[in-house]
Amino acid sequence: MVPTLGYLKETPSQTAGPYVHIGLAPAQAGQAFAGKTISNKLAGPDTPGERITIEGRVFDGTGTPIRDALIECWQADANGRYNCHEDLPGGADHDGFAGFGRCGSDFETGLFSFETIKPGVVPGRNGVQQAPHISLWIVARGLNVGLQTRLYFSEETAANAADPVLNTIEQEARRQTLIAERISTGDVAVYRFNIHLQGAEETVFFDI
Amino acid sequence: MGAKDQTRRQPAELYARDRTQHPPALTEGYKTSVSRSPQKPLLSLEQTLSEVTGPVFRQSDLGPLDHDLIKNHAHDGDPIGERIIVHGHVLDENGRGVPNTLVEVWQANAGGRYRHVNDRYLAPLDPNFGGCGRCMSDDNGYYYFRTIKPGAYPWRNHGNNWRPAHIHFSIFGSAFAQRLITQLYFEGDPLVDQCPIVQTIPDPQAIDRLVARLDMNSAIPFDCLAYRFDIVLRGRRSTLFENRLEGN
Ligand SMILES: [Fe+3]
Repeated sequence: MVPTLGYLKETPSQTAGPYVHIGLAPAQAGQAFAGKTISNKLAGPDTPGERITIEGRVFDGTGTPIRDALIECWQADANGRYNCHEDLPGGADHDGFAGFGRCGSDFETGLFSFETIKPGVVPGRNGVQQAPHISLWIVARGLNVGLQTRLYFSEETAANAADPVLNTIEQEARRQTLIAERISTGDVAVYRFNIHLQGAEETVFFDI
Repeated sequence: MGAKDQTRRQPAELYARDRTQHPPALTEGYKTSVSRSPQKPLLSLEQTLSEVTGPVFRQSDLGPLDHDLIKNHAHDGDPIGERIIVHGHVLDENGRGVPNTLVEVWQANAGGRYRHVNDRYLAPLDPNFGGCGRCMSDDNGYYYFRTIKPGAYPWRNHGNNWRPAHIHFSIFGSAFAQRLITQLYFEGDPLVDQCPIVQTIPDPQAIDRLVARLDMNSAIPFDCLAYRFDIVLRGRRSTLFENRLEGN
């Protein structure tokens, strides 16, 4: 008999359910931890970079906004560095930049938002640069496994056109589902990014 | 790029996720999944820094009672219910402990009621129970909470569906692509086999890994019982392939 390899199997995923805010966004559920809160604000006053706000909603297959989703984001700083030991030795929270945030969709409107800085260009594989982007993870009641996707920026036309991930999407029209629209400029640029779980506008989700 | 910037150390890639261990997106027995499941296949991507890195948390980010759900919302006494310790080992698929990773939990109280505006179940709130907690795994990957055993509760799916007692778990690992949310169930609970959410997982052995075991050796006599729940996150490749991300 061939001996089996000693790998363990990953713990299976289960839905986050309707009350995910209690655990992951307790302030929204009316509670507070004594320690630091993970919020939808990724950047501090000293963080270098262009201030931006991202706002959007998650829609189900009937076009109804989901009001019990939780969205997490992970992004590089303005120089394209991730705030982790491997990419930035010694540097968690450099210049007040967490690089990670989460937001529950509003219980009434379904809106989520992030206040952050625009990320820089991030190295990809084989020396190819990736256009500025934010990685997103969506969980909610009815989602058995969290969904991974990315947000790109509408004004980055040239970088987006050369981005290796966007170019992996065979149907060109679907690439648009990952591009946040810059809807206002000023001190803080605002981007609109809606996520569609199903239907003609279904967002591209990744198996990574 | 690597040659230009020698300070960038490349984290290793993660093993491909074994989707047979997870529920499919569309599971008709769990009705909410019908209008919320993507209908197009997921796009398979090669991992980049964006996926193999992840946020870093520290013990100092947490409050001293964050891991103790018996005390972290107590006002004038302890919450009502069965006092338990929930503990275990966060591992990766290579069997290595995952140190210093954030584990977050949320749950109903002993009556099966959540402290949440949208939960209108008739069981009462417990003034001394909040139902959320968090901790960091230690240097070897071990974690523990103290809490009250949650109650079963009914939910609107089929006519008479009840959730087995469960604790929701959120685990980070060290890469954004290791992110996992799941639920812990309790050994011996007859509702586990009947639950449409549990049954979204096709493999009975995978379901069994969500069932925490009564752990009498970790119970504290005259104080509380204990359950053991180990969590396995995606593994990383060996260092042999570490440079592959940027090519050679
Ligand atoms: Fe629940």
